Amino acid sequence: MDPIALKAEFPILHQDINGHPLVYLDNAATTQKPRAVIEAIRKYYEWDNANVHRGVHTLGSRATDAYEGAREKVARFLNAASTREIIFTRGTTASLNLVATGYARNWLREGDEIVITPMEHHSNLIPWQQAAKAAGATLKYIPLQPDGTVTLADVEQTVTERTKIVAITYVSNVLGTINPIAEIAKIAHNKGAIIVVDGAQATPHLKVDVRALDVDFYAFSGHKMLAATGIGALYGKAQLLERMEPVEFGGEMIDFVDLYDANWKELPWKFEGGTPIIAGAVSLGAAIDFLEQVGLAQIDAHEKKLTRYALERLSAIDGITIYGPRGERAGLVTFNLGDVHPHDVATVLDTEGIAVRAGHHCCQPLMRWLNVSATARASFYLYNTEQDVDRLADALVKTKEFFGYEPVR
Amino acid sequence: MSQLDDLYRRVIMDHYKSPRNRGTMEDGSVTVNLNNPTCGDRISLQLQIVDDIVKDVKFSGEGCSISMSSASMMTEAIKGKQTKEALEMAEKFSSLMKGESVDFGDYEDIDALSGVNKFPARIKCATLAWNALRKGVEQGRGQHEGVEE
Repeated sequence: MDPIALKAEFPILHQDINGHPLVYLDNAATTQKPRAVIEAIRKYYEWDNANVHRGVHTLGSRATDAYEGAREKVARFLNAASTREIIFTRGTTASLNLVATGYARNWLREGDEIVITPMEHHSNLIPWQQAAKAAGATLKYIPLQPDGTVTLADVEQTVTERTKIVAITYVSNVLGTINPIAEIAKIAHNKGAIIVVDGAQATPHLKVDVRALDVDFYAFSGHKMLAATGIGALYGKAQLLERMEPVEFGGEMIDFVDLYDANWKELPWKFEGGTPIIAGAVSLGAAIDFLEQVGLAQIDAHEKKLTRYALERLSAIDGITIYGPRGERAGLVTFNLGDVHPHDVATVLDTEGIAVRAGHHCCQPLMRWLNVSATARASFYLYNTEQDVDRLADALVKTKEFFGYEPVR
Repeated sequence: MSQLDDLYRRVIMDHYKSPRNRGTMEDGSVTVNLNNPTCGDRISLQLQIVDDIVKDVKFSGEGCSISMSSASMMTEAIKGKQTKEALEMAEKFSSLMKGESVDFGDYEDIDALSGVNKFPARIKCATLAWNALRKGVEQGRGQHEGVEE
């Protein structure tokens, strides 16, 4: 895999920011789009656009084929058993909310337990807080180890016979921790619980096989894996989706409508009320083609190598604190530079043309666990190079010097 | 880094590293807690308003150099001023953030923050303390009216 050749496919990356060539290291927030994806959206609107599932005309069929074709790609990409198990949504947040309202609120009873971890993004935390409150259920946390990982022994301890749902992220967007999902799924199932996985930070970077992992629900976003914003999907095992109620009612999702009652289409359409995000789905299909052509295993290996290099270069900077596990971890590095506030770090890096994220990363409870108010984060993707890491490390040294001087009284 | 020098002038770093009026007071008449949910900056501002004059002011909280130095400058600028004057300063500060040239009279330190308008993402950091001030004066007036009734 040649990241420099790949970078040529991303028009946005070839520009100067504040007089320096852009180094984009905010991929955990969103990724840039290759020409193939931009072209697919353009082609859809210039050639195929119509509403889906109803037009008798030719464009209606083409749009439907494009939309359902994208669903087939997603199903294959995740190794789902059938396209019936793939629901298109706005993204991870919408997918997780759909499970928390459509499934959890119908099946949770007072005294039941939902188990999550302190490393969850707000989108895999607040829906469960709300579901627990609505049902009178208890929200429980698997504790974190000092390096930001969970142990299976703690999972065994926390998940009990009363646990109905275990909701956990595959990859932490702050710590880079990769959770042992298959093993956690086994524990959950042994106790009679289902497992819901936030795949936002995993799906773009490593090969995901929902059947090998044996997860019950799996949520992810397209925009973090080269597709447009506003499209994502929820995978759910068919027998669970059958038991789940729609939360949005209207056109597209109905079978028969009477004056006082209605019933729903079959899976997956009963969850897709209203005109769907057709061009978004097309962009997701194109993104999957692109990623499969490069190879998920290659992307994974490239990012892990780059992360090891980044850890090595950044650790050498005096006064830096790096968060998360030191062993196996995903392609991001979260850090603080002495007592320089991460916003100040990000502003200085921006003047050097380097884009990183600073703030709480939608993980306020995790920030409190780390005992910081905010952190800076550099996150990598297939187009990043060791030179990008060098630019980051050099700019961080400059940042330190800039903020290093003592104030005049 | 000349753009940066504009932003982080020594005076900003001075206020950041040696903030004025930082702390809490026991006889503050008004307390305002504000935070910036997108980035996690937070400020707690206490005002002691007597006869419509800001007799004393203290702030605490955490945030970047821009938000904390702006808070420090704000407290120094409004201490001893009439609430009306303090609010006028808050208005002037908003104008400064829009890139307009503004005269802060005898308190020139604030001019150092003029560079912030070139960094749109940071304007909300600079205005946090001033928004707390606006809220605080409003609260103070409400309390005062309450007493009169």
